[in-house]
Amino acid sequence: MTTMPASADTHTYPYYPGCSADGVGRGFAGSLHAVFERLGFPLVDLVDWNCCGATAWPSVDDSQALALGARNLALAERARPGSEPVDLVASCAGCYRALLRSAEALARGPTRSRLAGALEAVGLAVEGRARPRHPVDVLVNDVGLDRIRAAVVRPLTGVRVVSYYGCQLVRPLSTFDDEHDPVSMDRLVEAIGAEPVDWPLKTRCCGGSCYCGGPVIGAMPEATMQLSYLLLREASRRGADVIATVCPLCQFNLEGFQDQMARRFGHPLDVPVAFLTQLIGIALGIDDRRLGLHRLLRWRPLPIRTVEPEAAGHARR
Amino acid sequence: MAEELTARAPSLNGGPRIGVYVCHCGLNIAGTVDVQAVVEFARTLPNVTVAREYRFMCSDPGQELIEQDLREGLVNRVVVASCSPLMHEATFRRATAEGGTSPYLFQMASIRELVSWVTADPEDATEKAKAHVAAAVRRVALHEYLEPREAPVHPDVLVVGGGIAGIHAALTLADAGKHVYLVERESTIGGHMAMFDKTFPTLDCAACILTPKMSAVRAHPNITLWTYSDVVEVSGYTGDFTVRVRHRPRYVREDLCTGCLACIDACVHKQGKVPDEFNLGLSKRKPVYIPFPQATPPVVVVDPESCIWFKTGKCPQTCVEACERDAFDFTQTETFDEVKVGAIILATGFRTFDPRRIPEYGYGRYPNVYTSLEVERLLNAAGPTAGEIVLRDGSRPTAIGIIHCVGSRDVRFHAYCSRVCCMYSLKLAHMLRERTGAEIYNFYIDIRAPGKGYEEFYDKILREGVHLIRGRVAEVTDEAATPEEEGHLVIRAEDTLLGMARRIPVDMVVLAVGLEPQPDTEDVRRLFNISCGGEGFFTERHPKLAPVSTFTDGVFLAGACQGPKDIPDTVAQAGAAAAEALAMIDRGAVALEANTAHIDEERCSGCKTCVGLCPFSAITFDEERQKARVNEVVCKGCGICVAACPSGAAQQHLFTDEQILAEIEGVLAYV
Ligand SMILES: Cc1cc2nc3c(=O)[nH]c(=O)nc-3n(C[C@H](O)[C@H](O)[C@H](O)COP(=O)(O)OP(=O)(O)OC[C@H]3O[C@@H](n4cnc5c(N)ncnc54)[C@H](O)[C@@H]3O)c2cc1C
Ligand code: SF4
Ligand code: SF4
Repeated sequence: MTTMPASADTHTYPYYPGCSADGVGRGFAGSLHAVFERLGFPLVDLVDWNCCGATAWPSVDDSQALALGARNLALAERARPGSEPVDLVASCAGCYRALLRSAEALARGPTRSRLAGALEAVGLAVEGRARPRHPVDVLVNDVGLDRIRAAVVRPLTGVRVVSYYGCQLVRPLSTFDDEHDPVSMDRLVEAIGAEPVDWPLKTRCCGGSCYCGGPVIGAMPEATMQLSYLLLREASRRGADVIATVCPLCQFNLEGFQDQMARRFGHPLDVPVAFLTQLIGIALGIDDRRLGLHRLLRWRPLPIRTVEPEAAGHARR
Repeated sequence: MAEELTARAPSLNGGPRIGVYVCHCGLNIAGTVDVQAVVEFARTLPNVTVAREYRFMCSDPGQELIEQDLREGLVNRVVVASCSPLMHEATFRRATAEGGTSPYLFQMASIRELVSWVTADPEDATEKAKAHVAAAVRRVALHEYLEPREAPVHPDVLVVGGGIAGIHAALTLADAGKHVYLVERESTIGGHMAMFDKTFPTLDCAACILTPKMSAVRAHPNITLWTYSDVVEVSGYTGDFTVRVRHRPRYVREDLCTGCLACIDACVHKQGKVPDEFNLGLSKRKPVYIPFPQATPPVVVVDPESCIWFKTGKCPQTCVEACERDAFDFTQTETFDEVKVGAIILATGFRTFDPRRIPEYGYGRYPNVYTSLEVERLLNAAGPTAGEIVLRDGSRPTAIGIIHCVGSRDVRFHAYCSRVCCMYSLKLAHMLRERTGAEIYNFYIDIRAPGKGYEEFYDKILREGVHLIRGRVAEVTDEAATPEEEGHLVIRAEDTLLGMARRIPVDMVVLAVGLEPQPDTEDVRRLFNISCGGEGFFTERHPKLAPVSTFTDGVFLAGACQGPKDIPDTVAQAGAAAAEALAMIDRGAVALEANTAHIDEERCSGCKTCVGLCPFSAITFDEERQKARVNEVVCKGCGICVAACPSGAAQQHLFTDEQILAEIEGVLAYV
């Protein structure tokens, strides 16, 4: 999978921020940059990127939606000339999926020529070298758990983390993990010294997709609330100290409306929901503000268990 | 009737007089190829004295055309333009021989498989057919007059695999007076059937119908039963195979052990220690054990992996002490036997699908999710719980879900239907309900009950109050949506008859795992030189007309190794395989292929290139004369030596350079 030479210590990735990076996903984008930089794999924002083509666009005009994604892929190729494949990191699960869809369309003859024509009109060409990658995939498979383990300065000992993968991270087009029982996030949780909590709702819909085009909970409040509530209730039931997400939409949806849900379903809810990269950042000793922890609505310090002095000393090295 | 289209081309006296017979194959060929045009074209070819067309050349009257022309001397060589050698070469060679000449003065032009079935345009197809005919005509003119050769058939038979298929085939042959070597790799015969308590659709007790056959195998004077053994080498050819069998040490002498089981009681381990394989890990066994009480032969096995003596060299050996027959022998090592047989029947069965591959069904994650095979063991009176349905946590289920088609009819795993799981799921539903009184929910895609008495069985189960829900299960989860679901497993599925999503809380989930090829199928396939289909089961010679034969003469198939099947079908097929083997043995001789290699001594430089290359060790080297020599009885006609010989000394009957070149020229000259 990896394009980096096995010997290289650092490697930069072109990064597709997506529209949420400056909005609900600021904490995600910030912590992602910080973590990748600390690990020696800095992300470089794509210049002149545009909408990924997700949201409601595919239902209006699928070719146009695919062309939007394809333009971003073409930009990534232009940023990295040569013949090697280009890994374009996309962190929002919606963007990741949309870009995968465009990449797939570019691999198929009939759609390929149509998209190539559209790109040509704006002076771009695409060779099919660009491959959308999700940061979770890159962290586990390129950066590697060993490197992450070695960089941990503050293991999150005893913190029970429920990983919520969401509906688009491991399917329908991605292949880096099992589509029904993914484990990549749990392995990262383990690598930073926390305790992964197994649960059956790893990929169950959070309802985020129901509010596209409208205010959260506004478009289909009943369905959205019900779906998010099930996830939150199950996570609290399993004693989660924090739910880790890797998608701005999931994070916002799960964190933002716990009081309303508690009222509606008559079940108290108070579970912090953070981005996995924020948790990794804490373990790597990155500054709270840089990780954007202050942007979280329900954040509280993690119940990190104090370790015996020698074990702690060992971890600090 | 055939149209008379005889034409006499000038031919040398005594030279080749070729008859060309173009087949319509109904509309298979004639629907695309202009047969009449091909016949007229054939008449213009050198040496062709007769050209005819006929609707079905393989029919009796069709073959009669060839025989008559040969007998009347109109022709002395034959070309049939029809299907393919695989289909009917043997038929037309026989007709050629019936006409009074060598069967090898025949050549087929494949204008169905290679032309009409693949070339859509009639004009193109007709031209292509002409080219094939031209090639065959040029080639057959150079065929040599070869006598058919025969080899005697060894009357003994090897049966590999001692499940119900192998058992039935072995007994049938032995009862007919043939000697059978039955090789089973486990320590007992019986296969999967020995694991069941009852069998559908009659619900008769599996042991009651199986164990008498198992003892009959052991007692039969004509059967040599080798358990804990496997075949490691096969050489030779139909009618004369040499088979090498390896016997693994059980550290107990089979000739002395009477199966009193005193040693198992006496073992220093008071309790079972390692997962019992026969019970699929649902119970533990000791290092000295027997899979089940009626194991055949009733001889215990010592497992060196868990035996203290083997691991540490320090054990009081209470087992040895307890044995009144002095049957223990810890010094045993692997031994080998080599036997000659005329025919081989493969009956190596199947394995069940590993449901860990479908994580959403929770097998391996939730302890109360079981495979059907595990439940067969739980239901078995001689099983780990003596037939009581007790869950892994010790509780008794009050609601049970059975999920059909696990691993079958699923393009992610196996596209095929496993054929038996609907029926065994209904059987399990009935038995579980009878034993526990629990509510039973079967989740199915369709119910496949196409056997004698099967639909009636289904009907009976329906009436017993088993809930049948049509819908493929989405997942098994322990996430409780309501207080009632708390502490249960929940099966989520769309009920496609009600048109709604359902959540059914249960205490136990049974996965009706499909049947798939044995994991070592590829090795076995290679060992016996047969082929496998895409899904990995052994391929029969013809799906309808030769269901128990393989493309390797003398090797037959029986049971689930050829594809999923139930016990009635398995037994029927085993009987058929035994009958085919018997027919071959009683014929006494098998025809040998004529296309063997031979060495032209004039040209052989003695370089020995061919000697090491022959995969069948058919070439020896005459040191005195410094020439290679092919044993034509052993030669399989693969042609490797012919291709490799640097001086062109190795030549092959029916594949001489001249013949092959003439065939190529035939095509090219026409194009
Ligand atoms: C859960 C379940 C329930 C079932 N219930 C019923 C039922 O009620 N009624 C019914 O009609 N059918 C039932 N079936 C189907 C039945 O199991 C098969 O029809 C039958 O077992 C096929 O017999 P077999 O001899 O072909 O294969 P197997 O029973 O698999 O026997 C094959 C034998 O060959 C041996 N072997 C394999 N490879 C080698 C090798 N290389 N060398 C030497 N030995 C080898 C194996 O050890 C085994 O002993 C059920 C199947 C399952 C999975
Ligand atoms: S027999 Fe029934 S359960 Fe088995 S694969 Fe076929 S349809 Fe599915
Ligand atoms: S053709 Fe040659 S290599 Fe092949 S089996 Fe015969 S002798 Fe051996």
